[in-house]
Amino acid sequence: MLLTAIAFYLFAAVLTISSLLVVAARNPVHAVLFLILAFFNAAGLFVLLGAEFLAMILVVVYVGAVAVLFLFVVMMLDIDFADLKRGWGEYLPLGSLLALLLIAELVFAAVVKPTAMAGKMPVTNTILSNTEAIGRVLYTDYIFYFQTAGLVLLVAMIGAIVLTLRSRPGVRKQSIALQNARDPAATMAVLDVKPGQGA
Amino acid sequence: MEITLGHYLTLAAIVFTIGVFGIFMNRKNIIIILMSIELILLAVNINFVAFSVYLGNLVGQVFALFVLTVAAAEAAIGLAILVIYFRNRGTIAVEEVNVMKG
Repeated sequence: MLLTAIAFYLFAAVLTISSLLVVAARNPVHAVLFLILAFFNAAGLFVLLGAEFLAMILVVVYVGAVAVLFLFVVMMLDIDFADLKRGWGEYLPLGSLLALLLIAELVFAAVVKPTAMAGKMPVTNTILSNTEAIGRVLYTDYIFYFQTAGLVLLVAMIGAIVLTLRSRPGVRKQSIALQNARDPAATMAVLDVKPGQGA
Repeated sequence: MEITLGHYLTLAAIVFTIGVFGIFMNRKNIIIILMSIELILLAVNINFVAFSVYLGNLVGQVFALFVLTVAAAEAAIGLAILVIYFRNRGTIAVEEVNVMKG
């Protein structure tokens, strides 16, 4: 039980620090890398909770897809990030004050008030593995929500493709039909050039 | 040294607040704003999974899965909009978005 507590505090500390660095990093590539670290630590917390399936999904979806997408966009766009970072010190006191206020409210609402909830022990199901249990719920009671989630992803995929698709004028593309239809007589002329009079 | 539900809720509250703080501080840089939104959704997921485990109800984890799906779709669409905005304007400063002229 002590080991669990040590692991929780380790994961929680690294998660908090890396998410702070996501927000505060000067270089956005570093911010994306700290985001990946934060997601790995959240996955560790999920494993600690016994939700192994979601932990693996978090690593696959976030680290494998979303973070790489962010990294790709950050590196593809040529942006002066130092210019965007200006004015940070100006807002820092007010921002910190509001953040402290928000966290005080949230912790008060979540932990201090419902004492009966906060002290609950985890309920562990030893009959089924986590993945199998989720599958039994997801593919029966929540099958329509599952299909809707697939539809959301399809719409997002089509939307992203349509948004970024562009037809640039002046781009030469190979048209095999046009090439095959060319007539040598219409496109070629044999000139009789005398020696020394070329060009 | 018992890790209770309150520990997880506090951690999620901290991560959520950091996300809101990031949006507040980086209003010019939309990439950091999108990453802050991902942090906020991560905090929501931590809450869902923690409640799911401590209440012994698997529905929370199913919902966390759906939140993950929507977060991935949102990131893809957001970055696509960001790319076309950068292509048209040459900058990602989002303070002048209101002068898009249609």
